[in-house]
Formats: sequence, structure tokens, C-alpha cells
Amino acid sequence: MDASTWVAKRPEPTALARLFDYKPFLIAVCLFPAVGLLMAFLTYPLGLGVYLAFTDTQIGGNGKWVGLENFIDLMEDPIFLQSVWWTFVYTAIATVGKFALGLWLALLLNDNIPFKSAIRAIILLPYIVPTVLSAIAWWWIYDPQFSIISYVVVDQLGLRDKYYDFLGEPWPARWSLIVANIWRGIPFVAITLLAGLQTISPSLYEAAMLDGATGWQRFRRITAPLLMPILAIVMTFSVLFTFTDFQLVYAITRGGPINSTHLMATLAFQRGIPAGQLGEGAAIAVAMIPFLVFATLFSYYALGNRKWQQGSDND
Amino acid sequence: MTDAPKPLSTINARVDSEVQGGVTEAEGPQMMSWDSHTRRWVVVYIPLLLFLFVLLFPFYWMGVTTFKPDSELLDFKNNNPFWVTSPTLANIKKLLFDTDYGHWLVTTMFVAVGSTFLSILASVLAAYAIQRLRFKGSEYVGLAIYAAYLVPPSILFIPLAQVVFQLGLYDTSFALILTYPTFLVPFCTWLLIGYFKSIPYELEECALIDGASRLQILRRITLPLAVPGLISAGIFAFTLSWNEFIYALAFISSTENKTVPVAILTELVSGDVYHWGALMAGALLGSLPVAIFYMFFVEYYVSSLTGAVKE
Repeated sequence: MDASTWVAKRPEPTALARLFDYKPFLIAVCLFPAVGLLMAFLTYPLGLGVYLAFTDTQIGGNGKWVGLENFIDLMEDPIFLQSVWWTFVYTAIATVGKFALGLWLALLLNDNIPFKSAIRAIILLPYIVPTVLSAIAWWWIYDPQFSIISYVVVDQLGLRDKYYDFLGEPWPARWSLIVANIWRGIPFVAITLLAGLQTISPSLYEAAMLDGATGWQRFRRITAPLLMPILAIVMTFSVLFTFTDFQLVYAITRGGPINSTHLMATLAFQRGIPAGQLGEGAAIAVAMIPFLVFATLFSYYALGNRKWQQGSDND
Repeated sequence: MTDAPKPLSTINARVDSEVQGGVTEAEGPQMMSWDSHTRRWVVVYIPLLLFLFVLLFPFYWMGVTTFKPDSELLDFKNNNPFWVTSPTLANIKKLLFDTDYGHWLVTTMFVAVGSTFLSILASVLAAYAIQRLRFKGSEYVGLAIYAAYLVPPSILFIPLAQVVFQLGLYDTSFALILTYPTFLVPFCTWLLIGYFKSIPYELEECALIDGASRLQILRRITLPLAVPGLISAGIFAFTLSWNEFIYALAFISSTENKTVPVAILTELVSGDVYHWGALMAGALLGSLPVAIFYMFFVEYYVSSLTGAVKE
């Protein structure tokens, strides 16, 4: 059936077909599923969450308005205050670690190395595999009696005479979580930054080398500024998802020992779902929103800054 | 990777010195000397091998533990913990026959396929409307959908639990199929907007002149050309739903309705005695489907991951 016969056979459009060719109607129909889903399961719950934060709702029941009581209680709750502090510390240290190591890895991969695409594929594995399941592997690595790290350090190298108690004390537990989080985050940072590095034209480096620029100068004056737009976006996402992290902490420590590793998200879960205090849990979740708004605005302005990309090809 | 690579180009020299950070001598391409091989090993290959080792070790450890009998698992003194001397399938057998693993796998598959299908359908239509039907304020709708991606599940699950409860979906797979699109639709829509952008608009104009309706254009012209984008969005959505944890933990309570990641963490950890062998077998078998899936579509993953960030 070629074009001419198709045109010739075209029947008079039915009323329904004409309705679907009416642009405003078509736009409404096309947007409806996505907008409907997001309204029902994202916008509405977001509003509901803010409302719940001001009530004493329990799971499955209706609460009554209690005003700021949840927040006032939280301000006097040392566990909550500690979780806020720890959420910020966790985000800060893990982000710095992820980006330092991720950028390093991206620079290594940007080199002409053998098996480049295979290595790139393998590196993404920690990102692809379900986080909880790799967290269980970390939990096993951090086991007090059968930790492989303790085995190597104590039994093989003889650097210590006592096994590490990774998850039994607050600070070792915190560092253990940060290490696992950095491990989980490196692939994403490295692969996205590598994509950014590959958009930088090699001729810039050649020109700089002809002018006698040193390696550090080339990094500082060419790589860093041209990578900045992508770096800003990747970092916003990374900060956002580290700040609201849940899985790693829930799988490895469940907030222990003695609540010292509770992030705001895990504390919200603990208070909201198993304990059934939806109102209090919602108040903790709502307390995260100001930070998220700040990060989103940051992302918006970083996005506004990426005009350099529009001119060149996009991959 | 046994040998240093062939001729060292100027680019190599560039990264070498970049990685070292503060090297100050101005070396030109002509100054490459015999010792640059050693140097390249020190600044490129050894760090790269260390990265690979650290990133992959937990998976190796997972695999080794899965096949260890308990006697080896809990005795490092008489066995080399890095290797299995008498491999056993007991842990896998325990997982498959003593737990509801099969059930969890089917549930997870059902949820992942359902939510992926729903999200792709919604995203294709939305992306087409925003990118191709172009109406007043279409950029703002696009931006709003993008902003939705920035709302993390951690602040939504509590009110969503209430919504799910009121809809009577608590403890059913449909609770997950309907809530996963909250993070899948924004991602897929943005990916597809980028793909639609790369398809020349002239093709659609031709079809319009030939009298095709908008829906015919979408079905016969835009979608066939956007197949790589659809695959990228599809596999990414599938992986994200497979890996999702917090909603599945909050909205499902009965053992047989749990998804694999939640079930392994909550059902296999009982009391104070951890069955590490079975736990690791569960982690390994829960990871394998996505890992295999990933292997077939590596390029799509990389392009959607980087494309989504760049778009």
C-alpha cells in the first residue's frame, strides 16, 4: 500500500476522529494520565502531609487539629534534634566523598584505557542493584564477629588485636554508613560527570598545551569551568537523595545503636508507620521540606546557567 | 589489561598530569619518555583497579557467601574466607523452598511490569503533548513535571499511606503500581521529551499535509522513531520499580504480598540469629534479574542516565 492509494482511500473523518484532531481536546487527553497520576499520588499527598503534620492522626483513623503541637514536641525531642544534625552531617560528608572519588574515577575513565566500555558498564553495578540488597552485603561486611575487614586487618596484617565493632558504637556506625553511601553513590557521579567530560572538545586542551599550560592549569581553567553546569545539577540531585536517604540506614542499622544513626527519613518512618503516629511522622517529613525547596531553587538556577550546552550538539 | 597501551597520545599525557593534580613541569607531547609507562600504571591503572576492586567486592562477597556451607561461613581460622572449598547449594535451596521467594519474585515482577507500563503510557502522551503539540504554557507543564521528580518518596510515604488506606488498596500490589509512577512519570517524561526533540518536526508536517490525524502521526511516525527512547525509559522504569523499597515497606504488610527487596530484609532476618548464607543468597538472587537485564541494555542505561541529567 503506497502513499497514493492511502490518500485516495481516506474516508471522511468521523466525529470522534475530528474531536481527536481538535488540538485543545487532544492536549487535555494526552496530559490527563500523567497529570492525573501526579495530582492524585504526589500533589495531593504532599498537601495532605502538611495537613497531617498539624494533626494527631493515627494510622487508619482520623485525627484532630492540634496546631503546632507536633513541632513543639519535636523541638524538645533530643532524638529528633540528633537526627536533624546527623542528616546534615551525613549529607555533607557523603557528598564530598562521592564527588571527590566520583570525579577522580570519571577523569580516569576519560583517559584512553583498554576495555573502556566494559569497565564503564561494570562500574554502574552498585547503582543498578537494589540498594537494600547491597546494603545487606555491607551489613555482613560490618558483622562484629565475621567481618572480612576485621579478618584482614587483625588476622592477616596484624595491625590491630581486636575486631572492629562497626555497628555497635555510634561513631563507628556512622562512619560505616557514610562509607556504604559513598560506595553506592560513586557510580552515578562518575558516569554522569564522564558524560560531561566527553562534551569538552580535546582541541581546547591541545590549544592550552601549545600555550604551555600545566596539567593543573588545564584542569583548573578548562575542565572545571566547563564541567560546572553538569556538576551543579548532579550535585543537586545527589544532595537531595542523600538528604532523604532511607534504605541504607534502615537496612544496616535501623537507626541504632541507641538512635544515633537515625536520619530524618528513618525516624519519620519509625514514628509514622510501625508506631502508627502518622501525624508525628508527617511532622518530621515536613521538617525536611525547607531544605528540599532550597535545593530545588539551587537546581533551577544551575539549570538556567547551562546556555553553553544549547549551541553544541547535545550528546 | 595486562599491558600498557600503545602509543601515548597527547590526551593521555593530559589526564596523567591532571590526575596527579599539582604537577608543575610543562611537558609537551615530545617529552614522553620511557618511564611514562610506569607512571601511567601508577596514576591511571592502579587507582582504576582499586576502584574496581572496592566497587565490586561486596558483590563478590555476596556470591562467595551464598555458596559457603555454615562450617566455612563461621570459621575463618581454618578456612580461607575469600574462597569456598566445598561449595553448597543449601542456602539457595533453603531460600527457594523454605520461604515464599517464588511468590515474592512473581509479585515484584507483576508490580514492576505494571507500573512501568502505566508510567510509559502516561509519559509518552505527556511528552508528546508538551514537545509536539506545543501550547501556551507547555514549558511550565514540563517544568512542573520535572519539579515532581525532586519530591523524594521519603516525604511522601506517610500521607500516601493514608491515601492508600482510604482507597482500600493497603496491602495489595495495586497500591505499589499506582504510587510508583510518582517518581517514574517525571523521569520518563523528561527522557522522552529529549527524544522527541531529536526527531525532525518536518516529518510530522509532511504527514499533516498528507492528511494524517495527530494520533496517527504519534502512532505511525513519532513512536517508531522514538523506540530507543522508549526502551531506555522502559528499562529504567523497570529497574527503579524493582529496586523501590520505602513504599513497598510502608504499604505492604502480609508476607506473601511483599516485594523481593522488602521481603529479604524483613522476612529472612528473624530474631538475633542471622542466617547469613540464606540472606546473601536472597540478596544475590534478588540482584541477578536486574543485573542480567542491565547487561543486555547497558548502552541504553548509560544514555538515559546521562541524558536525563543533561536534558
